[in-house]
Amino acid sequence: MSPTENKLIVHSIESFGTHDGPGIRLVVFLQGCNLQCKYCQNADTIALKGGASTEIESLIKRAINMKTYFGDDGGVTVSGGEPMLQSKALIPFFETLKTEGIHTNIDTNGLIRTPEAKHLISELADLVMFDVKATTEEGFKSITGAKGLGRLLENIQLREQSKKPYWLRYVLVPDYTDSDESLSWLIETFSGNKYLEKFEILPYHKLGIYKWESLGMDYQFKEVEENTPEQIERAFEMLKPHFKDVIVK
Amino acid sequence: MDLENTFKTGRWCKAIEVKDFVTLNITPYTGDHKFLEGPTARTSKLWDICKDALKEERQNNGLRDVDVNVVSGLTAFEAGYIDKESEVIVGLQTDKLLKRAMKPYGGYNVVKKALSEHGLEPNPIIHESFSKYTKTHNDGVFDAYTDEIRKFRSLGFLTGLPDNYARGRIIGDYRRVALYGINRLIEGKKEDLQKITGPMTDATIRLREEVSEQLRALSDMIEMGKIYGLDLSRPAQNGQEAVQWTYMAYLAAVKEQDGAAMSLGSVSSFLDIFIEKDIQDGKITESEAQEYIDQFVMKLRMVRHLRMEAYDQIFAGDPTWVTESIGGLLIDGRSKVTKTSFRFLNTLYNLGPSPEPNITILWSKNLPKGFKDYCAKVSIETSSIQYENDDLMRTSSNCDDYGIACCVSMQELGKHIQFFGARTNLAKTLLLAINSGRCENTGTQMVDGIPFIEEEYLDYAKIIDNFKIAMKEVARVYNEAMNIIHYMHDKYYYEKAQMALIDTNPKINIAYGIAGLSIVADSLSAIKHAKVKPIRDENGLTVDFQIEGDFPKYGNDDDRVDHIARDVVEHFNLELEKLPVYKNAMPTMSVLTITSNVVYGKKTGATPDGRAKGVAFAPGANPMHGRDTHGVIASLNSVAKIDYKDSKDGISNTLSVVPKSLGATPEMRIENLVRTLDGYFGCNAQHLNVNVLDRDTLLHAMEHPEDHPQLTIRVSGYAVNFVRLTREQQQEVLTRSFHETM
Repeated sequence: MSPTENKLIVHSIESFGTHDGPGIRLVVFLQGCNLQCKYCQNADTIALKGGASTEIESLIKRAINMKTYFGDDGGVTVSGGEPMLQSKALIPFFETLKTEGIHTNIDTNGLIRTPEAKHLISELADLVMFDVKATTEEGFKSITGAKGLGRLLENIQLREQSKKPYWLRYVLVPDYTDSDESLSWLIETFSGNKYLEKFEILPYHKLGIYKWESLGMDYQFKEVEENTPEQIERAFEMLKPHFKDVIVK
Repeated sequence: MDLENTFKTGRWCKAIEVKDFVTLNITPYTGDHKFLEGPTARTSKLWDICKDALKEERQNNGLRDVDVNVVSGLTAFEAGYIDKESEVIVGLQTDKLLKRAMKPYGGYNVVKKALSEHGLEPNPIIHESFSKYTKTHNDGVFDAYTDEIRKFRSLGFLTGLPDNYARGRIIGDYRRVALYGINRLIEGKKEDLQKITGPMTDATIRLREEVSEQLRALSDMIEMGKIYGLDLSRPAQNGQEAVQWTYMAYLAAVKEQDGAAMSLGSVSSFLDIFIEKDIQDGKITESEAQEYIDQFVMKLRMVRHLRMEAYDQIFAGDPTWVTESIGGLLIDGRSKVTKTSFRFLNTLYNLGPSPEPNITILWSKNLPKGFKDYCAKVSIETSSIQYENDDLMRTSSNCDDYGIACCVSMQELGKHIQFFGARTNLAKTLLLAINSGRCENTGTQMVDGIPFIEEEYLDYAKIIDNFKIAMKEVARVYNEAMNIIHYMHDKYYYEKAQMALIDTNPKINIAYGIAGLSIVADSLSAIKHAKVKPIRDENGLTVDFQIEGDFPKYGNDDDRVDHIARDVVEHFNLELEKLPVYKNAMPTMSVLTITSNVVYGKKTGATPDGRAKGVAFAPGANPMHGRDTHGVIASLNSVAKIDYKDSKDGISNTLSVVPKSLGATPEMRIENLVRTLDGYFGCNAQHLNVNVLDRDTLLHAMEHPEDHPQLTIRVSGYAVNFVRLTREQQQEVLTRSFHETM
């Protein structure tokens, strides 16, 4: 199935998203990803095949039915997979949500640079959460299977220049992304950004392994240990003074 | 203290109008919980004794002690204490803590059975009296039951009917004793009696007899007070007495009756008026105020009735439903939240979590933030409280002084009672539609006029037509049973102590109920949206169903099936509304199961939604276990579509979430739970139980009950000690959807 303008290819829906953006959110997990992160916790969303072709209208209806729960800051988050792979259909989706007064958010790896993706980043989305996979191109490749840090930085820059709020999320992988150099790079690169509202440290966990196994795929990070509380604390203390709001999820 | 010179006067001084007193004198509190105090040394000492007694009760198969020589009544027992010196609020049902008493007027056989299950027998004189001379409610009902009713009852179409136990659900306005003193109440009832004159129709004669009974109960209440050295004939003079008097009035009710659910009403903000006055006058400290409430609540936790094991199947965990409703708004828009509202919730910390009293928050979007946040915190930390939609109930009944009878049912205090109606099995009713009106298990012809289904695949329109015939007939039989039950209950086990604290000719609603809604909705959705082929035995009875294709399932905010659920509720309620009711009660209906969802499942064959024979139903109006796959809010929104106007006795929903799914930090969890409640009730939903628990905790408690004596879980309109559920019921709780987000 391929995305069209009034349909999205949906992996699953979570109506009580409390970890993917502010407030209570309708999280639409879209099917298909351009990366293959070795620790992906939603491995079943990576394949470009599969998913359910879903009318945007029905998603809008779900969101409207949730209005009473949203309060001041809840809304809709599209996640994935990589939602920007379906950026064409996301535009009418977000436009309608906007006319309904519903807050919109994209949880993205930030590599896609199509005109539609740029439009979502610079104009349409009320919030963008960029996933920073690594702090060097080599590190990026070792985790995701491809280079892409440059494109991510360009998209973050685009958001910053459009003066709209965004968050960064950073998975703290022991030995891969938690070195002093990596954390210092994050501070140097982003601490001056005015529209960066929140920095989320996501401790590395293995809860998604069962999905790899059930798909008959090999989980390559088996050897990587989960963070110790001290490692998390250290990263938090290092980053905290340099950003508006740093939280550990 | 003369109350009329102490408090703002109004209508309440001329007539028995507690609500008027509350409205004029309440001090709404808008702050947070930081003022609250911990338990006093005396309270802790008492609670330690209670905990030991509770342990003994658990170890002794749920019965610590029982008196086999005395028929319970208001003055049947000497005074009982936990530890007299430490008690600021006194009174026990019998002369000893957790000692149960016989109340045989509901049904003597049940009392005998309950005793024999523990190797005991009633005193021979009592035995002789109830075997030979004294007729009970249970005897009366079975004298009048038709063969048809018996058939519907024994095959599981009608279950849990209050035909061999007391009906409960009536809420005395226990505050009246504190505000007026019993002498004034006797005066009022005497005036009423004088006005009930001829012509002497059935109704008039009955009412004269009832009021005379009430007068006798009021005199007994004064005597009961004297046993504890209290003068209940006069009004309470201060906070301590207000609590004590109110508790004594409630105690009278639970000494006389053992109704399934005997709610307390809504006393917290009434008591607050007296307590606040004492605090303002510098007579007591916050710690003393908390002590009154802690000890009051402790006493309520110790209320017990003698039950047989079979009773446990429908009402598991020995519940008493001392439901206390807290919060809500006044019609004039002011909040009814007071400091004593907080103090009641604080007992869940001072004494630890507990299923009783069944604390029910009347939720309004306009409740003060400090209170909303505290409720959410208490839910997250104790899983002991439930919520009902005050904005919905207050506005639709134009009433701001009500309690919750049992689990979910609104009842205006002192003005309104209800006749408890248990429930009918709607899933089995649907199977009648597919089995030409025969019971799917036995082949017994239950309902005539339903044609045999010849087609290989079930046809939606035909099934709906048949289902409507079945619903009409089941409603008719159900109504007949109800009328007989309540006629006989009034005749043989009239609630004289409670009715003495209610206006003489109150409004009455009859509270019918249904079970199995989610199964019916999913079954009809499968028939409509997929292909369903019944598998039949040699007698043509369905034993299984083959489903080809997928279908929308209730619990996912999908109108294609949610509207089926909504329409079935509307239709069955309309059928019930057509039927004549004893005492001209107003028909209402609930979607509620208590814990009978397990036993209903056992009695019900395979259903067209793919549920196998014998599998437990979902509780109340909940979606079927594991079928709500789009998260909490989609699940809640499906239930919220059931229209309250069609189910005015309540729509029960139980939500279980793991703590982390509410949010990353404790603050976010509170905020998100408050939003969830605002959101759900903003959709005009009626009721929500909230459990915030890890499945692992429950698994651990199953293996190590001794480590979790106070682990409390909301089941369906009430809460239980998890360790007091049967293994089977514990497993059913575990199969429920525990919403987790990644």
